[in-house]
Amino acid sequence: MSSDAPTREVARRVFADEFNDATFTFKESDDERAPLYSLLPTGERANRVFLVGTLTETEDVGEDSEYWRGRVVDPTGTFFVYAGQYQPDAASALRELETPAYVAIVGKPRTYETEDGSVNVSVRPESITEVDTATRDRWVVETAEATLDRIEAFDDEGNEYARRAEEEYDLPLRRYKQAAVDALESLDETEEAVADA
Amino acid sequence: MSDIQQTARQLHDQFSEHLDVDVEEIAERLEQYVEEYKIPLNEARRSVESHYLEEAGLERDELGRGGNPTVQAADVDAPDEWVDITAKVVELWEPRSDSVAQVGLLGDESGTIKFTKWAASDLDELEEGQVYRLGNVVTDEYQGRYSVKLNRTTTITEVDEDIEVGDDETTVEGALVDIQSGSGLIKRCPEENCTRVLQNGRCSEHGEVEGEFDLRIKGVLDDGAEVHEIILNEEATTDLTGVTLEEAKQQAMDALDTTVVADDMRETLLGRYYRVTGPTLGRYVLANEIEELTEQVDGEAVLIKARSM
Repeated sequence: MSSDAPTREVARRVFADEFNDATFTFKESDDERAPLYSLLPTGERANRVFLVGTLTETEDVGEDSEYWRGRVVDPTGTFFVYAGQYQPDAASALRELETPAYVAIVGKPRTYETEDGSVNVSVRPESITEVDTATRDRWVVETAEATLDRIEAFDDEGNEYARRAEEEYDLPLRRYKQAAVDALESLDETEEAVADA
Repeated sequence: MSDIQQTARQLHDQFSEHLDVDVEEIAERLEQYVEEYKIPLNEARRSVESHYLEEAGLERDELGRGGNPTVQAADVDAPDEWVDITAKVVELWEPRSDSVAQVGLLGDESGTIKFTKWAASDLDELEEGQVYRLGNVVTDEYQGRYSVKLNRTTTITEVDEDIEVGDDETTVEGALVDIQSGSGLIKRCPEENCTRVLQNGRCSEHGEVEGEFDLRIKGVLDDGAEVHEIILNEEATTDLTGVTLEEAKQQAMDALDTTVVADDMRETLLGRYYRVTGPTLGRYVLANEIEELTEQVDGEAVLIKARSM
């Protein structure tokens, strides 16, 4: 296609455990409006993510204006989601949703440095919607597969983002693989629990 | 069309400038090799080719491939290329300008492609439903959509054979990650042949007009590796949401705001997985069918893969 329209950034599938380790961010050009990417430790750049998990807690942590924080739990960890006045739809979703609930979130990775110098990773949501168990299970399988695909391609020649991940992080890929396996096995258990009930 | 017919046609194209031989004769020869002597088709092709080379007094490398590459409608993916194509005239449209003699749609097994024949080229008239071999046409692109243009040097040969035109439908799957502006209850320009979507009651072509309501969704499906933009027309939108155009108008009237319709759709549709089937138009897939992926997924295959890594 020779269209000049800017291409939309794909939404990466990544578990919370890996997402929260993605503390390194970068741009591909010096242009002020160039997209910001977070570098996933398994060797991929992410400007946008799609995640599905259980919204367990919401809290308005704003001082002057509303600023909502949500905790979204997947089988490997917790995503932190922040929405304020510039994300009115997402903020009102966090205000109105009853916890616990399965939610699907499309959003951008954001990082900030805490006072003690460590870097926290969070999600700035574009949309938050309530979904069902089937959607959540589909996401877990899809995300496990995407994670394993990235790990498998990690040593490929010319895998630019994997080489960068090697430079920036000192993180064992084994852990992310194990997290993906655990996540898939947790699905089996819930299915069996349902079948036994 | 059988492989033999296809091969015969390719051979015919290669030799048509040198020999007076028709497709049937070539096909018969190929058939004899393949059916009677059980020779593989590519070997048979070579033998038949040799036979005609001798008859024409040519060397193999003089033959070439007939100059241009022969393309299929769905394979055209770059502008400004000289190609040959054998296709059926599926539809003829009303030319909008005097400089165009004929305009319409060509189709072959792979799909369809628009064609334009200029008045200045002074070519024979094409008939709807007829298959032609068009030599020396030029590809073109407009807003991501490809076409072929016939020109003064184009050769038009009637082919006495029917082609079953394939549809260029694709199927895409993924999570619905966005419902874009211009979705929900919209207004279109009522001027004849203009269906532009109004922005603040204005058509970019006809200015301020009394719009006609329509229902649609412009969305983005994302599978984690690729994004696909999809468009649902009124019918597909109603199928998916259960909301009819009349009900959408009522919703908007009750709320004194048309945007509530799209907001409702976002709330119920975003973040779920869908499969969409339909033809592509530029960068969009026009959803003839859309269904939510609700069947239970099986993680077992992925687990097996993980354990083998």
